[in-house]
Amino acid sequence: MGGVCLFILAVVQSSGPLTVNGRRIVIAWPFIWLLLFFIIPFLIVFKISFSEARLAIPPVAPLFEWVSSTKNFVLTLSFNNYLFLFSDALYINTFFYSIKVAAVSTFWCLLLGYPMAYAISRADPVRRNLYLMLIILPFWTSFLLRVYAWVGLLKTDGLINNFLLNLRLIDEPLTLLYTDFAVYVGIVYSYLPFMILPLYSNLEKHDLSLLEAADDLGAHPITAFFKITLPLSISGIVAGSLLVFIPAVGEFVIPSLLGRSDQLMIGTVLTNEFFSNRDWPVASAVAIALLLFLLAPIKIFQYYQDRETEAAL
Amino acid sequence: MRVRGLFRNSVLMLGFVFLYAPIVSMIFFSFNNSRLVTVWDAVNSPTLKWYVVLFKNEAILGAAWLSIKIAALSASGAVVLGTLAGLSLARFGKFRGRALLSVMITAPLVMPEVITGLSMLLLFVALEQLTGWPEGRGILTIIFAHITFSMAYVTVVVQSRLASFDCSLEEVALDLGARPVTVFWRITLPIIFPAVLSGWLLAFTLSWDDVVISQFVSGPGSTTLPMIVYSKVRLGVSPDINALASVMLLIVALCVVLSTYYIKRIEQRRVAEALMVRSEEL
Repeated sequence: MGGVCLFILAVVQSSGPLTVNGRRIVIAWPFIWLLLFFIIPFLIVFKISFSEARLAIPPVAPLFEWVSSTKNFVLTLSFNNYLFLFSDALYINTFFYSIKVAAVSTFWCLLLGYPMAYAISRADPVRRNLYLMLIILPFWTSFLLRVYAWVGLLKTDGLINNFLLNLRLIDEPLTLLYTDFAVYVGIVYSYLPFMILPLYSNLEKHDLSLLEAADDLGAHPITAFFKITLPLSISGIVAGSLLVFIPAVGEFVIPSLLGRSDQLMIGTVLTNEFFSNRDWPVASAVAIALLLFLLAPIKIFQYYQDRETEAAL
Repeated sequence: MRVRGLFRNSVLMLGFVFLYAPIVSMIFFSFNNSRLVTVWDAVNSPTLKWYVVLFKNEAILGAAWLSIKIAALSASGAVVLGTLAGLSLARFGKFRGRALLSVMITAPLVMPEVITGLSMLLLFVALEQLTGWPEGRGILTIIFAHITFSMAYVTVVVQSRLASFDCSLEEVALDLGARPVTVFWRITLPIIFPAVLSGWLLAFTLSWDDVVISQFVSGPGSTTLPMIVYSKVRLGVSPDINALASVMLLIVALCVVLSTYYIKRIEQRRVAEALMVRSEEL
């Protein structure tokens, strides 16, 4: 493999003047790496999603096979995996459930994150850095352990139930863990910094004299917010929401620790197909279907991301 | 005005309570004597017994050491590749393949981990069939997978740092006849060093924290700490995990505070130097 890299490098190097050459080498390393470890893997997943499963190592029938009796190559393309996905209510149901969970969590994330990002961006500069630090700090600690912390809080004999029982607000413990609610809380909690940071970097750049002008002209602060601040922050809202929504659709750890056992999410189904059923083709088909669905959101996210960096340039 | 100040402060208070309450409760109950994590045993607590249990657990300590090694190696690889990519995107203008490179940088940021994990594993299986490498899966395949998904984060950090500096310094050096490589080592790298450092730390945490991708691309004998933690917490809460969380939090908090302080000091020194140069010019 090292040989292949060197070969491609040599090809890249062999043309153009010297400085351009240097640039090409700089570009080539990350480019080749991502081509090999990011793009080609998807092509392999795509290929395997059209294969038949079989009992072997690896448990996949090849697409091209040399048939010695007829002395030629035979291409076996199988759409069965996709037909299987769309004929089985379990998969369609799981798919819609995942989208619903991600959408609801994104909504709550936005509802909590927007006011926080707004408050931070309007705080005085010294405090602003402290607040940002406090937002980012949990992100540096283990994601797994932060989700785990909610198990202790949401359990039937957990902290929240004990607290409410002691206040006599409830007579018997609520079922909080292993519900949709628990998954929403887990996703909002884990992804909140991803919502707040793009929103903050947008809100911080706003020209406050616009709001002053609105105030001078007699607009109510709330009117000014809805007519000026909110429309200006649309790109931050879109970027933050997609940064939460896209990974949340395929979330695996949060639903498996906090979620229902009778309703799986698509990430869990994919993992089960792969590890428990050892059905690599169906797992691949699930991955491709999920990817196709996420293509549009990823594209929109890319657009806004590029626009932000272009604006910075 | 005061009403708005009140609104902002209460929003922030509420948000920070939400962010920190679970973490604080986890630390609190790590000192609890009872095996029932959420019931405070007031007679025998606080106790350090779960910390003793934790530090006697060879499996956890071994996995932690393995995770540190994997995270350090993959962060270093990700920093090299991510810096090169960031440099290309921020400084080289329009080049052939730019659009593809920027897609390959943005997509891993949001790609669901199960998809990345599955596709990396299938790549390694296909590579092994074709070339005999890698022989089975283990530490090396985890490192390769981690480099791939964390280099995108390094790129974004480095790129935005480069974007906030204009390239006149670099251009002057080139005009004066410095070789591009020299310009990189003497000018560009010192300027972006804080971003490179925070990119390394980010890549380190991403690798240190990852359970889903590791689960796909690991083999026998390469069980990382998050994988052990995940299999333990799936069976329910256990107090030694609380102790582990507290230890990790302490280390992370220390590292973040120290590195922030360090990056700030580099910045301040640079500003001071710039001011001195300017006053000498005058």
